[in-house]
Amino acid sequence: MAKESIVLFHSHNYAIWADSALKKESVDHKMMPIPRQLSSDCGYCIRIKSDDAELVEKILHVKNIEYDRIEAAL
Amino acid sequence: MLKNHELKSDTPVIYFDNAATSFPKPRSVIDGVVDYITNVGGNPGRSGHRLAVEAGQIVFNARQMVADLAGVANPMHVIFCANATEAINLAILGSYKPGDHVITSSMEHNSTIRPLKHLEIEQKISLSIARCSTQGLLDPEKIKLLIKPETRMVVLNHASNVTGTVQPLRDIGFFCRQRSITFIVDAAQSFGIIPLNMKADGIDLLAFSGHKGLYGPTGTGGLVLADDFYAARLRPLKFGGTGSASDKTEQPAFLPDRFESGTQNVAGLSGLSAGIAHVIAQPDGIEGIYRHKKELTACFLRRATNEIEGFTGCVPSAMIETGVVSFNLEGLDPSHVVQQLDERWSIMSRAGLHCAPLAHATIGTFPRGAIRFSFGIFNTSNEVDTAIEALKTIRGEAP
Repeated sequence: MAKESIVLFHSHNYAIWADSALKKESVDHKMMPIPRQLSSDCGYCIRIKSDDAELVEKILHVKNIEYDRIEAAL
Repeated sequence: MLKNHELKSDTPVIYFDNAATSFPKPRSVIDGVVDYITNVGGNPGRSGHRLAVEAGQIVFNARQMVADLAGVANPMHVIFCANATEAINLAILGSYKPGDHVITSSMEHNSTIRPLKHLEIEQKISLSIARCSTQGLLDPEKIKLLIKPETRMVVLNHASNVTGTVQPLRDIGFFCRQRSITFIVDAAQSFGIIPLNMKADGIDLLAFSGHKGLYGPTGTGGLVLADDFYAARLRPLKFGGTGSASDKTEQPAFLPDRFESGTQNVAGLSGLSAGIAHVIAQPDGIEGIYRHKKELTACFLRRATNEIEGFTGCVPSAMIETGVVSFNLEGLDPSHVVQQLDERWSIMSRAGLHCAPLAHATIGTFPRGAIRFSFGIFNTSNEVDTAIEALKTIRGEAP
């Protein structure tokens, strides 16, 4: 199984924005509840393939979508 | 028991009160509301399950559409509120500092005048009200004459809910930008009706209504912050759960969460997106709707002026940009006329002061007020013809 990473945001609003941007760019991803060990927020994060991490960072940067961090999925 | 006139419940309703709230709503708006309540139902951002995600997508979609319409690049700068009034309150009460001098105009709705008056009475701010012409227009020079060293805020409506006239935003916006004065615009009567662009017009904070020109459900509206407006300059008026930074007991600083505590009106926003899509999809979009209303306004005023004795329009046809026509029939109480129109012809219109006493004083119709017809995308010239005949009859029956 390919390695996966998780993109964490300060707010679910940014996660949804990122979801919309990644869909437009056809980047394989999945919205999911934030694992408790990563953050105490109620909302969601985005699971991506680790190989796409650089591309995702670039897309988020270009679109000015703020995010907290990208972590390897456990 | 008082006897009502025979109500014409079998007559199709002619709705000329679109400046209060647009009606009917496009079918897609109703479907948008029903779809969320029936098939989605989740709370955006509060849970991680797919229905919550879907609800979040509905809210984001509406946010993006409003941002595009306002000309801001960052959709997170759209703050949803219950209506334009709440948005104006957030803009004014959230950004003033004690000792500020604020300038507004004599054409404002009470949604602007009342929060400003409240601050003035509480001796938090000093207030100057720029006098507009008898046709409701503001000369930008009047704003410049009222400027003081402590002027920090100019609050203006884009279009008047009484006269349908439009203020020269760009000149004033440019002037405010040069002096770092916060320019707050009440676009309740213009958003989706007259094109505007926050950047080009120099607007810092834009309050809009979702249920008028955008054809969304009531309970939708909001405040848009310019892309370069620093969120910390605005204080939230409500605090609470945002579904974000949940480990913190302080209100988050980032947008839009800083101002959006509590569960959003997802059903309403689902309808709002459909309403905006409907407006954009009209032939020629907003421009096409603008022309349609211009034609109805011109047709109504031309016929009324020529054919109805004692008819006085408040503002010449050419100056009316939003399909809002206020008028009086000599010797007749506006409320009587409006009641007759409703009960005998099923024509819905509005009498009185339209929550804008200063505007009526400016155009010379205070305290009597006026009858207001406000046209929407679904109105037709046949409906205008019916209204003309109805007004002729009412006028003819007057003593």
